[in-house]
Amino acid sequence: MTAHPAVSQTIASFGEATKAKTPNQEAIERLMRNKASVMGFFVILLFILVAIFARVLSPHDPLEITSGQKYLPPMWIKETPGGKASNPDYPLGTDSLGRDVLSRVIFGARVSMVVGFVPTLVIVVIGTLVGMVAGYLGGRWDNLLMRLTDVIYAFPDLLFFIIVMVSLRDSWLGQFMNGMFLLFISLAVVNWVGVARLVRGQVLSLKQKEFIEAARAIGVRTPRIMTHHLLPNTLGVIIVLIAFRVPGLIITEAILGYLGLGLRPPANSDSMFVTSWGGLLLEGQSAINAQPWILLGPAICIALVVLAFTFLGDGLRDALDPRMRGTK
Amino acid sequence: MGSQPKFSRIEAVVTTYLIRRLLWLIPVILVVGAVTFILMHNTPGGPWDTDPERRQVDASTVQSLESFYGLDKPLWRQFFAYMIGDFNNKGEFVCGLPCGNFGPSYRQRGVPVQAILFSPPEGEDGEMRPWYYSRFGYSLRLGLIALVIAISIGIPLGAIAALKQNTIVDYVSLLVATAGVSLPGFVIAIFLIIIFASWLDWVDVVPRSWDEIRVWILPAVVLGFGTLAFTARLMRTSMLEVLRQDYIRTARAKGLAEWAVVIVHMVKNALIPVITILGPSLASLVTGSFIIETMFAFPGMGRAYVQAIGQRDYSMIMGTTIIFAVLVAIANLSVDFIYVLVDPRIRLDE
Repeated sequence: MTAHPAVSQTIASFGEATKAKTPNQEAIERLMRNKASVMGFFVILLFILVAIFARVLSPHDPLEITSGQKYLPPMWIKETPGGKASNPDYPLGTDSLGRDVLSRVIFGARVSMVVGFVPTLVIVVIGTLVGMVAGYLGGRWDNLLMRLTDVIYAFPDLLFFIIVMVSLRDSWLGQFMNGMFLLFISLAVVNWVGVARLVRGQVLSLKQKEFIEAARAIGVRTPRIMTHHLLPNTLGVIIVLIAFRVPGLIITEAILGYLGLGLRPPANSDSMFVTSWGGLLLEGQSAINAQPWILLGPAICIALVVLAFTFLGDGLRDALDPRMRGTK
Repeated sequence: MGSQPKFSRIEAVVTTYLIRRLLWLIPVILVVGAVTFILMHNTPGGPWDTDPERRQVDASTVQSLESFYGLDKPLWRQFFAYMIGDFNNKGEFVCGLPCGNFGPSYRQRGVPVQAILFSPPEGEDGEMRPWYYSRFGYSLRLGLIALVIAISIGIPLGAIAALKQNTIVDYVSLLVATAGVSLPGFVIAIFLIIIFASWLDWVDVVPRSWDEIRVWILPAVVLGFGTLAFTARLMRTSMLEVLRQDYIRTARAKGLAEWAVVIVHMVKNALIPVITILGPSLASLVTGSFIIETMFAFPGMGRAYVQAIGQRDYSMIMGTTIIFAVLVAIANLSVDFIYVLVDPRIRLDE
């Protein structure tokens, strides 16, 4: 199967002369031209690094309780009406138990990043698989999927998470991994259907295309059509979906944490997941009148991450499918 | 243009579609109810558990209460009793959900869930206040104010952005819209509370009384911000589409004043898609407010829900979940009805 040397040389020189780009390279170039998206990408990268190196970056132990250092103001406030001076050791001040707010916000990034990405991966794998099978094979399985998605869509997701967390939080499932595992499961149960529906729609339209027909005509087996023809062509939509789904999950976790239904307080200080931004908001809420700055750190972090993902997602959508520009 | 379109046929199709959607509500409510019921019954504790902080309920009272509410029956029968209704031990029919009966609250003993949500509390002088002082009434009023704020700012903002496309006005409104659509309400709430309550000291974060209209502004703005952003974006897109229509050129060509072109021909036509989101917006404003109601200590349904979660008042959680789910389902359904009403291409009155 080796081509004639002259032929391959011609092909090589031809490619060099026109500098042909693959669609992927073109998409990356389009993405790089979008400044907001690039910035969003770096903000997300920054938060991922903060999440990984939380223990190194945080100036204090996030669980260390310092008596007599309660409710210290952040460094830009010299002195509170109550007469407490800020301490440069605690740049964002301290909370009701004298714990360092900055360290707690840094550790909160860990929970948010994990809650954003881990369930998304599960959702995408399951959703893509089901959507592809239902879309390509059609028939009874497709019908079943559509009815299932109708029901799951009808259940307001936040209410579902609340109900699940309320009723299963004290069970063994809810205590596993400080409650992270239960959170993952409930997020995945609701969200995979959206992916499945989207992939199904894509597959339905791809199914009619000539290249699939051609592949079928030369006897390519169904699994191979799925992995080599359908999957690469739906990948763009799936990537955009990930960019919009991750911040959604981060917000959901923050809401549940704020309602006191998120992460359980860790048993020991070696725990991977100490607190979440939602949990910090709940703690700050009780002092919202006197010490509103406790809320500022986690709120700014949530806003930054969500906006970063929105801009990256918009850029990815425009880059991967120029026809979808300006839609959502 | 060979044959006249058969409106009666379209009408039949639309009606069938709407009826099918309406019937689809029933299984949805059943599933929501079943999931909630199963999960709630796996939780420890019951409505008459002895709580050291409360008045104790003696065994015979528990027995009569249980038989009254049918809690001594098997689970499947309790479920049907809740969702439809059942005969109690005396042979009387106790109606369930269809009559708006959500069962007894686990924490506020002797008070049914629907009374907590829909009955107004007694005023200071002991007389009954009107229905809109109930938990639901408060949420509804807050939602309506938020909706009014959202559309009265969002629609002009979107329209102006479209008229001044690619100018600084357009970019600013687009930025506001993007932030409003993607940021969650409670994050916006925190920023606004810190700016207006802490720094500028214009309003109290948690007002003592909700009888003044002034204190409603901040929570209503926060609650309506997402809808405002969404309305502005939709209005801008819709206006841009209308701007290029032939009838706009015609209106200008016949010498109509510019303001008349904008108001009568552009805004009126561009409003059609915006109107369709009003129903679901109101539902999302009434139901999606539990975080914001909690932040401002607002005496609405959402805060009652959050308090019920904190107190593990399971029947209250279940009842409110079902109410919220039904509201959301009705709101989604209302989109279709409104669309049929405002889109002149689908005529039902012929």
